[in-house]
Amino acid sequence: MSAALFVPCYVDQLYPRVAIAALTVLERLGIRVDVPEGAACCGQPAANAGFARESHSTLERFVDVYAGYERIIVLSGSCALHVRLHAPEVLAHGGRTDRAGADVAERTTEFCAFLHDEVGVARVAGLGASYDARVAVHIGCHALRGLGLARPSELQIRPFDKVRTLLGAVRGLEVVELARPDECCGFGGTFSVGEPAVSARMGRDRLHDFTTSGARAVVSTDVSCMMHLDGLARREHARLPMAHVAEVLAGTAVAP
Amino acid sequence: MTRPAFELPVVGATPVDHAANAAAFTADAARTTWHDESLWFVREKRDRAAASVPEWEALRARASAIKEHALTHLDEYLVRFEENAVRNGMQVHWARDAEEHNRIVHGILADAGARRLVKSKSMLTEECGLNPYLEARGIEVIDTDLGERIVQLRGEGPSHIVMPAIHLKKEEVGDTFHDALGTPAGLDDPTALAAVAREHLRARFLAADATLTGMNFAIAETGGFVVCTNEGNADLGMALAPVHVASVGIEKVIPRVEDLGVFLRLLARSATGQAVTVYSSHVHGPRAGQALHVVLVDNGRTRQLAREEFWRSLKCIRCGACMNTCPIYRRSGGHSYGSTVPGPIGSILTPGIDLQRFASLPFASTLCGSCTAVCPVKIDIDAQLFRWRQRVVDAGYVPRSKALAMETSVRVLDRPRLFRALGAVARLGLRLLPARVERLLAGPWGDARELPAPPSTSFRAWYRRNRRGGRR
Repeated sequence: MSAALFVPCYVDQLYPRVAIAALTVLERLGIRVDVPEGAACCGQPAANAGFARESHSTLERFVDVYAGYERIIVLSGSCALHVRLHAPEVLAHGGRTDRAGADVAERTTEFCAFLHDEVGVARVAGLGASYDARVAVHIGCHALRGLGLARPSELQIRPFDKVRTLLGAVRGLEVVELARPDECCGFGGTFSVGEPAVSARMGRDRLHDFTTSGARAVVSTDVSCMMHLDGLARREHARLPMAHVAEVLAGTAVAP
Repeated sequence: MTRPAFELPVVGATPVDHAANAAAFTADAARTTWHDESLWFVREKRDRAAASVPEWEALRARASAIKEHALTHLDEYLVRFEENAVRNGMQVHWARDAEEHNRIVHGILADAGARRLVKSKSMLTEECGLNPYLEARGIEVIDTDLGERIVQLRGEGPSHIVMPAIHLKKEEVGDTFHDALGTPAGLDDPTALAAVAREHLRARFLAADATLTGMNFAIAETGGFVVCTNEGNADLGMALAPVHVASVGIEKVIPRVEDLGVFLRLLARSATGQAVTVYSSHVHGPRAGQALHVVLVDNGRTRQLAREEFWRSLKCIRCGACMNTCPIYRRSGGHSYGSTVPGPIGSILTPGIDLQRFASLPFASTLCGSCTAVCPVKIDIDAQLFRWRQRVVDAGYVPRSKALAMETSVRVLDRPRLFRALGAVARLGLRLLPARVERLLAGPWGDARELPAPPSTSFRAWYRRNRRGGRR
């Protein structure tokens, strides 16, 4: 299988440690991944801000660069969802097939979903990761409700949580129960600067739920949520380390 | 007590600035906590009620399918409803817009010589601005739903479609009753206040010349309709007044009486977590000697129905669950939306009425999708919010500065090499600048948050140094 890892623009620039961890995990699992150049972004932030048409060329470029891969592993729930929902609208021209957009959408998955659905928990457990802490798990809303990483609390279906299942393979890690298991953290892309008051308030409430539930660290599927929550926590001089699932599995997460 | 003037939903009025309204709301941190927790309490009650129904998800799918069927055959079902309603002895009126609705209702009241109207809760009449219209023509209008009566006494609009006064604390209701109904100053015991409201309203019910109700469901097959209340106020009005006007949006028609078995099970559980509303009243014709008028109102609904991207918003049964679950609604309050129907569903319905005025509403969301997952009729609210954002940008209703910033970022992100070069400069800048300057540059981000500590290298640069085959 030919697989590619997509490192979103903000992760590339601001959180290289998360991308390095993700690459390390995939390599240790024996999965050969390319990290092709030529697409820095999928266009998600602009599209969610109402500029889908303006950012269409960015998504087109993404489809071009990743069209040749059987699996496209995206290190962000929001970006993966954007590609899955909107890449089919990218129509072929030049050398691509008519289905290039749809194919790329179908082949696009998110990092944790890929590990859970395609690699399997047993192999992930074989990494022998350990993280000695009580942690709060924060799944980004697009990963949760959009990509189905866990059962949304609104739905009356059989409970499941792919992220907790993966973290179950980590020695020493204990997941705390939150009062509101899947409340949005308030980042929301441009919402974080368009409605900063409510955004910050949502984030502080989320942090409050983490700490009062006994968490000493936060493990998340999404770097964007982490950036927002960590920025709020540090402004208030609260010590609450945040790590991406990949960092925990790679053994590079900061200890609480 | 200040009584702000009631705002008519006039097209072309000042645009709503949701972000500014929300910032003002959250400035009172303790009140925001209280509001958030009150609504979350209702959301949790809803969760328990939904969990008690094993076939909950099947009911949602069924309800959605029935509504989509009804809306795609609305012309047939409306006419069938009219025929059967007329056969049942009702008089049916059609109103193109709010103005025509108000004129029809006033005409009915004027013809009957009615001077005193008691209303049960109707968001449609709020949308149409019926109360001020009638009051300006010398008719006394009393809202009899307790929450609606409270906001009416305060000269406010409702802040929630199911719990109109959810933004008020009992002490504030006590003050309002002290001013308006003469209760002792400082009386804030809910039971005592409710008893006063009951006495006050009972007299109005007995004196009323006419009553107005909404409809939760109009049934095409029977020409009957159902009104759901918890207070029995609609029933008291209907049982006493010689004239009954029932106003309804045309999207409320459902095909068959057996469909009620789906909707009534979903409605109360989604709205308040009750198994069923206290009163689900079925009306199949006027009482002996009573005149019963039905007013079917369009007011922009057929325009919304014609919009391929947004017609499914009309499936809404007005349960309010999307408000209770919305993390933004809970922390910004219903009034921040400046729209009769606030919250997520309001943010996809109201832009269809006046896009310029309500351009900020589709952005009052993180697109977290909780609204879509909680919706009993499976409206894809977050997807419609996304699509309204595109329409707002198309129409040029986004501030020029925001559009420019977005266009610039798209141009940079579209050029990976330029992006990386600028990224390197920015990371270097962040490492060298003093924290104070950094906060300034961070703009609205920096008001409450630190910027991430800038790493010395990007992932791409690391990858080039540490792995082969980065370039294909």
